[in-house]
Amino acid sequence: MTSTPWLSITTFLPLIGAVLIILMARGDDAAAQRNARWIALWATLITFAVSLNLWISFDPKQAGFQFLEERPWIGGGISYKMGVDGISMLFVILTTFLMPLCILASWESITTRVKEYMIAFLILETLMIGVFSALDLMLFYLFFEGGLIPMFLIIGVWGGKRRVYASFKFFLYTLLGSVLMLLALMAMYFQAGTTDIVQLLKPGTFPASMQGWLWLAFFASFAVKMPMWPVHTWLPDAHVEAPTAGSVILAGILLKMGGYGFLRFSLPMFPVASQKFAMFVFALSVIAIIWASLVAFVQHDMKKLIAYSSVAHMGYVTMGVFTLTTQGIEGGIFQMLSHGLVSAALFLCVGVIYDRMHTREISAYGGLVERMPMYAFAFLVFTLANVGLPGTSGFIGEFLTLLGAFKANTWVAALATSGIILSAVYALYLYRRVIFGALKKASLKDILDLSPREIAILAPLVILTIFFGFFPSPLIDPTAASVQKLIADCQTGIKLAEAAAHQVAALTP
Amino acid sequence: MGTGPDAESLEPKAFANTMYQAILFLPLAGAIITGFFGRALGARASELITCAFMLVAAVLSWIAFSQIALAHEAATVKIPLFRWLTSGDLDVNWSIRVDALTAVMLVVVNTVSSLVHVYSIGYMHEDPHRPRFFAYLSLFTFAMLALVTSDTFLQMFFGWEGVGLMSYLLIGFWYEKPSANAAAMKAFIVNRVGDFGFALGIFGVFAVFRTIDFDTVFAAAPSKTGHFMTFLGGQYDTMTVLCLLLFMGAMGKSAQFMLHTWLPDAMEGPTPVSALIHAATMVTAGVFMVARLSPLFEQSQTALNFVVLIGATTAFFAATVGLVQNDIKRVIAYSTCSQLGYMFVACGVGAYGAGIFHLFTHAFFKALLFLGAGSVIHAMHHEQDMRNMGGLSGKIPWTWGLMLVGTLALTGVGIPGFGGMAGFYSKDAIIDAAFVAHANVAHVYAFDLLVAAAFMTSFYSWRLMFMTFHGQTRADRDTYDHAHESPMVMLVPLIVLALGAIGAGALFEGFFIGEGYAEFWKGALFAGSGNTIREDVRHIPLWTSWAPVVAMASGFALAWVMYIARPAWPAAIVALPGVNGIYYFLLNKWYFDQLYHWVFVVPALWLGRLLWKGGDGAIIDGLGPDGIAASVQRVMRSAVKLQSGFVYHYAFVMLIGVTLIATVFAMPADFRHYVSDALSHLFGRGA
Repeated sequence: MTSTPWLSITTFLPLIGAVLIILMARGDDAAAQRNARWIALWATLITFAVSLNLWISFDPKQAGFQFLEERPWIGGGISYKMGVDGISMLFVILTTFLMPLCILASWESITTRVKEYMIAFLILETLMIGVFSALDLMLFYLFFEGGLIPMFLIIGVWGGKRRVYASFKFFLYTLLGSVLMLLALMAMYFQAGTTDIVQLLKPGTFPASMQGWLWLAFFASFAVKMPMWPVHTWLPDAHVEAPTAGSVILAGILLKMGGYGFLRFSLPMFPVASQKFAMFVFALSVIAIIWASLVAFVQHDMKKLIAYSSVAHMGYVTMGVFTLTTQGIEGGIFQMLSHGLVSAALFLCVGVIYDRMHTREISAYGGLVERMPMYAFAFLVFTLANVGLPGTSGFIGEFLTLLGAFKANTWVAALATSGIILSAVYALYLYRRVIFGALKKASLKDILDLSPREIAILAPLVILTIFFGFFPSPLIDPTAASVQKLIADCQTGIKLAEAAAHQVAALTP
Repeated sequence: MGTGPDAESLEPKAFANTMYQAILFLPLAGAIITGFFGRALGARASELITCAFMLVAAVLSWIAFSQIALAHEAATVKIPLFRWLTSGDLDVNWSIRVDALTAVMLVVVNTVSSLVHVYSIGYMHEDPHRPRFFAYLSLFTFAMLALVTSDTFLQMFFGWEGVGLMSYLLIGFWYEKPSANAAAMKAFIVNRVGDFGFALGIFGVFAVFRTIDFDTVFAAAPSKTGHFMTFLGGQYDTMTVLCLLLFMGAMGKSAQFMLHTWLPDAMEGPTPVSALIHAATMVTAGVFMVARLSPLFEQSQTALNFVVLIGATTAFFAATVGLVQNDIKRVIAYSTCSQLGYMFVACGVGAYGAGIFHLFTHAFFKALLFLGAGSVIHAMHHEQDMRNMGGLSGKIPWTWGLMLVGTLALTGVGIPGFGGMAGFYSKDAIIDAAFVAHANVAHVYAFDLLVAAAFMTSFYSWRLMFMTFHGQTRADRDTYDHAHESPMVMLVPLIVLALGAIGAGALFEGFFIGEGYAEFWKGALFAGSGNTIREDVRHIPLWTSWAPVVAMASGFALAWVMYIARPAWPAAIVALPGVNGIYYFLLNKWYFDQLYHWVFVVPALWLGRLLWKGGDGAIIDGLGPDGIAASVQRVMRSAVKLQSGFVYHYAFVMLIGVTLIATVFAMPADFRHYVSDALSHLFGRGA
């Protein structure tokens, strides 16, 4: 493990960018703002380039953690331990990929406190990458909770009119989860005597009697992040108030932390509880899919509509993950990655017209295809991916999770599949009201099509959305070995618990 | 064809592979070129490129047809393309599968598509968005080809949804028309209702067979007969569940009873689209699906009976609605719906050959009728209401003559034992097949309804002809005077289709359903051991063969009386007290749209608002964050500035947490034990 610490380099490169901004972009004049933007862009681009090395050098056959790093840290068994496996590696890439797009999307729309804004984003990036690569409970907790602080600030400082309400709501929801998770982390430490995640992942570390409460404590935190019904109501408000890039990160990365948490902690560490609560999760997932889709259908605000559709799409993830089947889990991961691209793209699309018209009201638009054919095309691709059309990345995740769910429970599969009808309803209804129709509104008469900067943002997303629809393997194959191990570990854990229960039963007269 | 694995035969095989790939990918190439570079290339170049590519693909399709279907050897060509999706034991590849059934579909799709491409050069010549139009048409063709060449359920689903998307985009092609947008959405969503079943069917197939490759599933299907599977809490016959779920997809795509409402509205799209997608190709995908999956459907009599029931009901229902429509395209649309019902009845009674035969002939004469109607609309400056037409036969004689051919073919003009137009062979074969199994109630029902539908088909077809072309004109003076025959670029495709409408039946009957059946299909259509329909059809009584002919003739006679001899009668009949209600019932399409509006659309909106304002707003937020927030805010307002105060609070809480953990490590051992104890009380005791 003496080789180059690629993970740490990737994680802390953005932080170096932030420091550079502090050092080099002094003052608040136009030049300083320009410098801050360019430094942020280059920092994120370089981070992305470096992170690609993780993907390239990643050995997909190996189920365990790779790029391991370990250094003594606080002491008492807590160390600075980093590493990625098939489950986490692609989330790191997703983060570093979306970041430059976020900086570009904020290029012109953010005009106040540019420096601070860019610093917040760069710190956020470091913390997000850290979440996916931390292999120590303490380290994970720091990254996981710390990441919310820049997000609060991004919404609270650069957000819309009701930004305070939105970030406060976000805060309240998250607080409860955090406290419970903190308690659970401490209990886990006392049980296992270590905070090393690799150690904790060994099947049978936590006895069945403990798993239920620990699972619930983690669930409180991850369910809010997902967000799952009924703790989802912070998301629409947070999205509506957040600046475009904030929404992109929120939908693209932060929501994935919940799903990642389930895969990293809940399933392998508490398999007995996961199995026991699976039906409960299915119920919440199905409700989320149907409820959020129906609510999305009646929205007047574009961002709220997309936010609700995110809730519905995350329902597929939680459903798939808890089926404990290969297709369900791989589909869940794929769905998260695909949603990271697609929902990010949809929010960017909203940002494009918001920058021009300064409204997100659906009724303020109509007939945009007349003046903005390129925009209409991009928006169409993302809408179709949102609808889960085969040939787009959105289909693969939905298909695999539903395939897994059918094996687990046909009621769950049937109810969740109704989401493919409902998603068509709300997504096409949005597209029709914004893009189609006659261009009658005077305010839209000379709206401009995508600028080169906007093309640079959306084109990669269009290409990837279609590419992964036809060639999903680059996103599935790296996860396969780790997912197999995860499932095997879960089954081992369940068997161990059963054996222990038998032993107890045999001992008691 | 090559005979052995010698070097000589390898070359033709490589050539054949290239040919099949060309058939599939030429339309895609045309779509990509014109879709992305159409503006730079200009409309004319876009038209030429897509048409040329399509014509080549069409010629190649006929070659494929002769090599696969007309050849003597058993041949199913399979060309693997590349891996699509691998997850656990699921392994799906993109591939091209061509057997006799696919070859028939290739011919149908590419012939009609290329003719429609050419026709559109004339029909769309005033439209500013021609490159987009041609790109859509070609992309549609590609999706349809991907559907018919699929070797797995998933690729079929890809093509299935792909044609649905292109249908959506083409119905809404004139995007400034609100009605077109509404129709486009409706088409996509109603199809998705069907796809809901299709998707569940695929999940079920995978759950039962552990694969979704056609051949593996087909081979294993007999072993699952009589098995039961758990579905929605009950135990049901495995094959019945799977087939019914899959058939739901077919009902959506082929606009069958209850899921038919999108098809008439789809006429909002440009007429060439109606001819290609909503008559000849896409809507027949459901029939293709049932034929392709015949090895599955043959394992479940219940599912087959359901197919018959739905098919017969649709054939009858759509024909009744077609009787009274006034929009020339809607009459033909309901006719299509009705004819698709015929095809399903054929499949349901086990006569898959007859079903596909009707699909084949129907493609010619229905595309001919639609394009003919397009020619009328073109001549009448976008007038579609037949009440504003009449007397056009002299003004547009070519169109009149060609539509006459289409009408004769659709109504099935011919003499049993002697011969006739295309529809005569295929439609009457279906009616005969429906008659054969008396013992089955579903079949008796089907036979009666199909004969009744044949009568109505004849009536509405001739009503259309008479109202459009004969009698005194009802068009306004100016439109009538300026009515003009369409250019050759539109008429030539019509003539080609007319040749098909005349000859396709007589020419291909022997292959599709006659003596050459086995050699032609080479097992592409499966018949279970109890399926003796092809033998039984030979022994039907004479009156059965004549029943559809009599129905056809009387339909014509009635139409002639009502619209030529006694033009005042229709209005008088409608005014009759009893008839009046029926008339409006039919005119309003059995009130299905209204029903669905009140049963689905309105409640969905209501429920959406209720869950939003009531569920998310009042209950979840009211009891949760807002309630807490309100009280916290009251406290905080006095203490700290709210704007960002809580961020520090949050950071504070988190830091406390971190410190807490850190201190735990530095604690004296006994105190540490105490905390550990407290936590294990909370979370349950550890080992």
